[in-house]
Amino acid sequence: MSALVELVEVSKRYTGAPALHPINLSVAREKTMILIGPSGCGKSTLLRLIIGLVEPDSGTITFNGSQTTPANIDMLRRRIGYVIQEGGLFPHLTARANVLLMAHHLGKSQSEMRTRLTELCELTRFSGTLLERYPLELSGGQRQRVSLMRALMLSPELLLLDEPLGALDPLVRAALQKDLKEIFTRLRQTVLFVTHDLAEAIYFGDEIVLMNEGRIVQHGSIADLREKPASPFVSEFINAQRGLADLRVESGKQETGKETSHPHLETRNPETNI
Amino acid sequence: MISWLSDFFSISCVPAFLIFSASVFAQPIVIGSKKFTESYVIGEIAKHVLKDAGIPAEHRQGMGGTIILWQALRGGQIDAYPEYTGTIAQEILKTDRALSLNEIRDALMKFGVGTTESLGFNNTYALVMRRSEAQQLGLRTIGDLRNHPELRIGLTHEFLDRRDGWQPLRDRYRLPQQNVMGIDHALGYAALANGSIDVKDAYSTDAKIADNDLVVLDDNLKFFPNYDAVVLFRLSVRPDAIAALRRLERTLDEKRMTTLNAEAERTKNYTRAASLYFASDTNSATSVFGESFTHKLSRWTLRHLQLAGASLALAVLIGIPLGIVASRGGPVGHTILGFAGVVQTIPSLALLALLVPVPFFGISVRTAIAALFLYGLLPIVRNTASGLQDIPRSLRESAIALGLSPAARLWQIYLPIASRSILSGIKTSAVISVGTATLAALIGAGGLGEPILSGLNLNDHITILEGAIPAALLALIVQWLFDLLDRVLIPKGLRL
Ligand SMILES: Nc1ncnc2c1ncn2[C@@H]1O[C@H](COP(=O)(O)OP(=O)(O)O)[C@@H](O)[C@H]1O
Ligand SMILES: [Mg+2]
Repeated sequence: MSALVELVEVSKRYTGAPALHPINLSVAREKTMILIGPSGCGKSTLLRLIIGLVEPDSGTITFNGSQTTPANIDMLRRRIGYVIQEGGLFPHLTARANVLLMAHHLGKSQSEMRTRLTELCELTRFSGTLLERYPLELSGGQRQRVSLMRALMLSPELLLLDEPLGALDPLVRAALQKDLKEIFTRLRQTVLFVTHDLAEAIYFGDEIVLMNEGRIVQHGSIADLREKPASPFVSEFINAQRGLADLRVESGKQETGKETSHPHLETRNPETNI
Repeated sequence: MISWLSDFFSISCVPAFLIFSASVFAQPIVIGSKKFTESYVIGEIAKHVLKDAGIPAEHRQGMGGTIILWQALRGGQIDAYPEYTGTIAQEILKTDRALSLNEIRDALMKFGVGTTESLGFNNTYALVMRRSEAQQLGLRTIGDLRNHPELRIGLTHEFLDRRDGWQPLRDRYRLPQQNVMGIDHALGYAALANGSIDVKDAYSTDAKIADNDLVVLDDNLKFFPNYDAVVLFRLSVRPDAIAALRRLERTLDEKRMTTLNAEAERTKNYTRAASLYFASDTNSATSVFGESFTHKLSRWTLRHLQLAGASLALAVLIGIPLGIVASRGGPVGHTILGFAGVVQTIPSLALLALLVPVPFFGISVRTAIAALFLYGLLPIVRNTASGLQDIPRSLRESAIALGLSPAARLWQIYLPIASRSILSGIKTSAVISVGTATLAALIGAGGLGEPILSGLNLNDHITILEGAIPAALLALIVQWLFDLLDRVLIPKGLRL
């Protein structure tokens, strides 16, 4: 089966130094691909290119076999879910209205929307009683759950997550990590997930793409990155992050034997309030 | 989600607009008058003879001096106004010769203007003094002033500038006084009474002469020409209107006119003074024409709200789209904000004055609304633009990334998020409109400025307050209404 998204020789510069040198990348279906790298290395730019918030200076972007152009971009956007660190929820709309916004716009039926909303609340473990609240009346974790519901509303083929948990405190973050991972598996969702946290990358990722200064430095599994680093930068990046992760583990007195077990959260409730 | 804006339009602006249009499209005969009591009274009388003849008529009181009234008559903003033969010869036809009424009629023909015969009295210019001082100094004639160079003279601005005014009078009588100042006519009487000046110009039928115990200095060299009162009218007005106006010919002698002027000054009610003209006995029919204070107040207030409402509706309808364009920046955006900003720096009075000579506008309600509209534009344009620009990039991009169409983004996301800022711009604009609309009376457009202006002309504080207090209250009410509107129109999620 062909890749869902294909970037060929895509480059971008805003002003000054290029944000992205010409890069090639295929996003495989039903997998979670992690984009990781230091701040300013071009991760967000890559997502923004795919969803058409910025246009590439060169190269082509193909989504599900068709090249993205200004003419078809609005159609493609409706098949992609996009969640950012700030949540991007509209403050004048309730959680419900935020989630249903596009469905309304596209004239979906009331019953269809109601059914989907119930499903999503269950999936993202968001209490239906909070649906009438405005974003400012929700906690940071609750807001990100609503953001995720909005992104998933139209059953997108691709989910773009730009540091979705970056602004959350550790406990809330851990709970959401767990829930997200379960959602991806259940939906067999294709995900492109941006983070700068190696532990998070390892927890989620089938494939890790390490970037630096607008270039892809290495693309592979965590084992590849550890054992066959493509450049000194790779080892440096991993060791720096590992140091942090170890510190965290020691202070929390947690066990990190299995790569996929969650470092912080062992118990969970059926519906969370964070 | 779109409804918050459309609700706003339908609730607050549309009715005002409709009321306004209805009143503009009626076509009454418009009588103008100059800024002094006698002109007001004759204007009222003219309005009533027209109404008695079944012809709709309105009276724009105290529009200004000769030139403004003459221009307004030629431009068609008014159809008729009271004038004096001497003034026509000197100021309008610019001749130094005394003209007969027939010569005047022929000369006015080429302007498309006609004149009635004399209404029956000669209201000549005169110089007046306090009786006590005149007796003390032994002054009887204008010529006697030559011996008293120390006397302070206060003259109306019109008299200072007229061809039959101060300069030629001084030359003719060889008067030595250096201490001459320009002062408003009504204020001049107050200045004369309290001794700030010693001599002023007056009209021979002025009621104030007797009231203030003044004497008229004899024009011993026969300097002042005849000032027979007539009514000038546009030859193109309906013939029955001309016929009705001509019914006034030779019906007012000097004594009668002085009585009517005195009554007008005493009661501040020109309509009622005018009604005395129609009453064969002085004790009847006064109430038929007298307008009660509440009625006047509601008429002024309604007109005031029409002016402010119509200009605000225009400012909203045009200001918000301009603000949207301006929010996108670039040369067009800067030009829009720059233009609106420059308009705001023009004093409101100057803005009115600038619009009056423009052909489409002139002395009219249109001009008042246009000026108020231009004045109210900046707060709305600027607040719309800044409200939109202040939307965080993450929200803009989220709206785009969802795949919403550009129109849906604007109406469902951007404008509601900017609504607080836009609404506060509209509120500022509304308060400005209500305040500035008092100036509309200067160009005869009515409103609460009307009593303020007549009060100023007559130096009468009570009349000023009759306009000033309701205008201030109205501004407060508007402010309060908008605070309520905030709660209705600004989405709840933004008020947390
Ligand atoms: N709108 C923009 N205008 C100018 N430069 C930008 C803009 N957005 C990002 N950049 C620059 O492009 C580079 C990559 O940014 P970004 O993709 O946001 O990095 P990351 O998400 O990996 O932190 C950075 O150097 C950043 O400063
Ligand atoms: Mg980023």
